[in-house]
Amino acid sequence: MKLHEFQAKGFLKEYGIPVPEGRPASTPQEARAIASSIGSPVMVKAQVLVGGRGKAGGVKMAKTPEEAEAKARDILGMRIKGIEVQRVLIAAAVDIAAEFYVSLAVDRSTKTIQCIASASGGMDIEEIAATQPDRIVRFPLDPRAGPVRASDQKKLESAFGNELSEQAWTILEGMYKLFSEKDCSLVEINPCAKTPQGRLIAADAKVIFDDNALFRHPELENLRSPEEYSADEMDARSNGLSYVGLDGNIGCIVNGAGLSMATMDLIKYYGGSPANFLDVGGSSNPEKVLNALRIILKHRGLAAILINIFGGITRCDDIARGILMARERLSIPVPLVIRLIGTNEKEGRAILKEAGLDAYEDLTDAVKGVVVRSGSTDGKGNGV
Amino acid sequence: MSILLGPDTRVIVQGITGRDGSFHAKSMREYGTKVVGGVTPGKGGENVDGIPVYNTVAEAVERTGADCTVIFVPARFSSEALREAADARIPLIVCITEGIPVLDMIRDVHYVKDRGCRLIGPNCPGLISPGAAKVGIMPGRIHTPGGVGVISRSGTLTYEVVWALTRAGLGQSTCIGVGGDPVIGTSFVELLALFEADPQTTGVALIGEIGGDDEEQAAQYIAQNMKKPVVSFISGRTAPPEKRMGHAGAIISGGKGGAEHKVAALRDSGVPVADRPDEIPTILSPRVAAHAAGSPKGA
Repeated sequence: MKLHEFQAKGFLKEYGIPVPEGRPASTPQEARAIASSIGSPVMVKAQVLVGGRGKAGGVKMAKTPEEAEAKARDILGMRIKGIEVQRVLIAAAVDIAAEFYVSLAVDRSTKTIQCIASASGGMDIEEIAATQPDRIVRFPLDPRAGPVRASDQKKLESAFGNELSEQAWTILEGMYKLFSEKDCSLVEINPCAKTPQGRLIAADAKVIFDDNALFRHPELENLRSPEEYSADEMDARSNGLSYVGLDGNIGCIVNGAGLSMATMDLIKYYGGSPANFLDVGGSSNPEKVLNALRIILKHRGLAAILINIFGGITRCDDIARGILMARERLSIPVPLVIRLIGTNEKEGRAILKEAGLDAYEDLTDAVKGVVVRSGSTDGKGNGV
Repeated sequence: MSILLGPDTRVIVQGITGRDGSFHAKSMREYGTKVVGGVTPGKGGENVDGIPVYNTVAEAVERTGADCTVIFVPARFSSEALREAADARIPLIVCITEGIPVLDMIRDVHYVKDRGCRLIGPNCPGLISPGAAKVGIMPGRIHTPGGVGVISRSGTLTYEVVWALTRAGLGQSTCIGVGGDPVIGTSFVELLALFEADPQTTGVALIGEIGGDDEEQAAQYIAQNMKKPVVSFISGRTAPPEKRMGHAGAIISGGKGGAEHKVAALRDSGVPVADRPDEIPTILSPRVAAHAAGSPKGA
């Protein structure tokens, strides 16, 4: 779950990390009032979850409250990568003498939380890695103990220098505490600005929470931005499905993420175009199939649906019952192609057969079948 | 021989009284696995279809001599279950559960390793040595004993590949789902090493997907260390960036983890990458034959 900058900075502040004074505004008048209470030049920053705000003109400086109001009027309502800006952060402008980068993120290969720091902040870490790889320091934190001052402060110092070492260490400690207490998968400060007075301050920040850990932090769910998922994606999530909308015309309902992706890939390979990714997950009960079909049927321009189930923990009879339930309750105006194999396959096929439905056993046959019935091609595609 | 799991492996099921735990305990036993017990705190003394249930893992191990455990408990209790298994020093811990917080896994994988145990998963289908035993949720009947080792980050996609191998007359030595989470107990490279050393295994099917760089590391390892032929398949070629594709670990992020890069890394290491799952047997078969005849990597 991704946070907006103003939310991320709220957490940094709570964990003792210096951030510029600021608050979010959703109207120009509010922006003006906040700027005037801050009482110094401010930054007016679009609050959207996509990157590239600055380049899109979504970040501007204002010297007076009147100017903040005008800049907020410009930015509110503008679209950045298709996302409408609904809020701006009004934050005290920081005099910047130098820009650093520091982040904590899950590192898959070392199976640790990894700290990345650099004296070249202010640009994307990917860009720093590409242009100045020798200016990046990376080190894993001890998975049992977290950051260890005796060894880790030195490593951090190689990015921040001796003079800022104590401040950088305090920031890292705060970041780690936030990371571990709130179950984050990313805490990033970029730039971590050095003021002319030699103070470090988090000029911009990103925080991502681990969705799998939200059961431990139910209060965080309220912070979720509607920008992160489309309405259909939210609908799917609340029904225990994992769904990503795409722009094709063949709806897919598959069990398992890997097979869902492979099914999309195969549809494309045979000349069709997938309308979505949808994993009904394991232990699927019939309701899940019903909900999956309901969500997919909302897709504009849908030409056919492929249900591809290879039962393991998912039982084919549950799926078959779900399909019948869906046929009773929903109108399905497009061809439905079913492929069913694996756990309780015989029972599943028998249930379908009784209702006059056939199911493929072979995936390639099923995909070719659905591509033909979607009308996109003759189903041969690359596979000719 | 197979790897990790054989006919004499003694298995307990943590979470055996739950819907999935009980269903799959029976299914594993039907397949021939020695399911010697189960654990559900507070239900000790009961039985599931004749399989004795114990209150703790330690008790189950003491009473049954189990050397493998499979975990079916819900995500919020999984960490506790994993640590209990590691504390009882069970050599092979297989965690099926999906949705475990990543920070729990970071702590737990090291906890398990420190106690000398191996973890497969989480968020995985488990493993099977066809004809000998299965520990997990895969449908047994699609497998057949033979020489192909199968390693995968996915569950159902693995079944797809196994089914294709079986239909093509290529049996399997051991099939392992390593799990779809970003942090998992055992990675591709460790299993490739076991397969390379296993006399029954004649070739390997490696099934990867978008996210992370396990496939790239495997490619490098294969180029440097493996003599047996390996064929790969990568899913997610049509996946959009910055979207999590079902698995917590399946995400192209910051321009990294895309399918094209993985395919290129594998091909550069001399590993053929199939365009479709059912192509794997066609590509693997002649290489296995050539390798058996003495040519390196079946080239």
